[in-house]
Amino acid sequence: MNIYVCVGSSCHLKGSYQIIELMKKALEDHGLTDQVNLSAAFCLGKCTHGVTIKVDDEIVTGVSPETFPDIFQKYILTPVKG
Amino acid sequence: MRKFDTKVQYLKYKVLREVARHAFEDRLMDAYIDIPYTIVPGNEPTMRCCVYKERAIVNERIHMAMGGYKENPNVIEVIDIACDECPMGGYEVTESCRGCLAHRCEDVCPRGAITFDEHQKAHIDKEKCVNCGRCAKVCPYSAIINKRRPCESACKVDAISTSAESKAAQIDNSKCISCGACVYMCPWGAVADKSFIVDVVKMLKESEKDPARKVYAVVAPSISSQFSYAKLGQVVAAIKKLGFHSVVEAALGADMVAYAEAAELAEKGFLTSSCCPAFVDYIHKKFPQMEGHISHNLSPMAAIGQYIKGVDPMAKIVFIGPCTAKKMEFQKESVSPYIDSVLTFEELQALFDSRDMEISQLEEDVLDNASYYGRIFARSGGLSDAVAQALKEQNLDFEAKPVACDGIEACRMALLKASKNVLPGNFIEGMACVGGCIGGAGCLTHEEKNKAEVDKYGREAYEKTISDAIGALK
Repeated sequence: MNIYVCVGSSCHLKGSYQIIELMKKALEDHGLTDQVNLSAAFCLGKCTHGVTIKVDDEIVTGVSPETFPDIFQKYILTPVKG
Repeated sequence: MRKFDTKVQYLKYKVLREVARHAFEDRLMDAYIDIPYTIVPGNEPTMRCCVYKERAIVNERIHMAMGGYKENPNVIEVIDIACDECPMGGYEVTESCRGCLAHRCEDVCPRGAITFDEHQKAHIDKEKCVNCGRCAKVCPYSAIINKRRPCESACKVDAISTSAESKAAQIDNSKCISCGACVYMCPWGAVADKSFIVDVVKMLKESEKDPARKVYAVVAPSISSQFSYAKLGQVVAAIKKLGFHSVVEAALGADMVAYAEAAELAEKGFLTSSCCPAFVDYIHKKFPQMEGHISHNLSPMAAIGQYIKGVDPMAKIVFIGPCTAKKMEFQKESVSPYIDSVLTFEELQALFDSRDMEISQLEEDVLDNASYYGRIFARSGGLSDAVAQALKEQNLDFEAKPVACDGIEACRMALLKASKNVLPGNFIEGMACVGGCIGGAGCLTHEEKNKAEVDKYGREAYEKTISDAIGALK
């Protein structure tokens, strides 16, 4: 699985670096670092919807520290664990 | 609204704008013969002897705007017919000499080259004169002038001479570092930088047809001192409106370079910087014995390009900056995989206006990827500060003694000393342009306040340290 966190200017200012840290930690905690590639992308084209991530080909917007646990569960943990 | 320093820049801009306009409309090949008539309408000459010569020169400028002569590898080229063949001959005594008693000129001349006629008026013996200029400095009437071609004066690496055949200026490619000083200084616009603006328009049009082929603009931090008639956020919005997918700060590449260069410096103990391509080229051409000390890091432009292409292999990357030497650098084998084209701020302005954009009316977008330290690379001394900071952030026990060289003459002095092991320092920050990148030939304006603008922009960065700025990319 490939995850891209947008670090374009707009998402950066909305806290995408914090999301990357949360993502790194969550992947480690669940022992997924070998199965999931995490990269930074320069703009996923959804600049007005909060921090944006892309999980394989699916775009997820409005990621924040509050919404992160649910999003991680739904888009990453559930599909990976099958 | 004052966009440019000189009318020469304005003329070049008008040509670029028209070329870009027709390229966007897919009719450049049909329309380019009309451009000289758009730029030089009517029958009254305003620049040269007649409108025919003016149009002939515009034709040459169009050719440069479309990429210039491919057989010449240098991006800086003389437009022979535009060269006014300025008078030359070094120091001369003018009519203003009043034949005074003091004869200060004679006293300071180290070669005894000054003699006096029966009216006590000074004369310079050209056989003896070494053009040191001391006589001109001391004359109370400013009666002694230096007849030197502005292009030759501007060129501090002695790459410009006069063609014995045509009497026009000629560039020695084995010495030229493509810094563009002559381009900016020639009062006739007779030296120009080749443009890749048509290539960029092509990329943008391809991206429009196939959105998977994204074009990224990597902008140099000196952009903060340019386009002063609009807000930076509006300039970013305008770049995107042209069809660029995203605008990324080259300063983030600078953060990456500062971090890696600090570690390299601590390991090797002595280093010369890698970010100014004209400085790096100068070492290769003038101080080949120092080549081994050039930092092995990519330039900030190439470093960020490499990163973006790693994430998006389909990406096309265009660097937009103040620099003509970058137009050489991106063609190097080590850089061409990461950067697809280079534009100057002059050319960006031409692109905006070719689409008739009112930038000051656009809603502000944002630009924030880099730290304060990455951003201040744009001015002399910034790189040195950044490397010192990066050493600190990595807890490297190494004391950097940077020598910030402001302009290629200062670079020469430092390299000369370093090559003889007498340089009081261990890191040479080489910037070919005086002031750093903000003094680059591709800037729209070169003003005193530009340095303050860059520092202000640096302080506005969201990330305060280099580690924070590059932390997400690892």
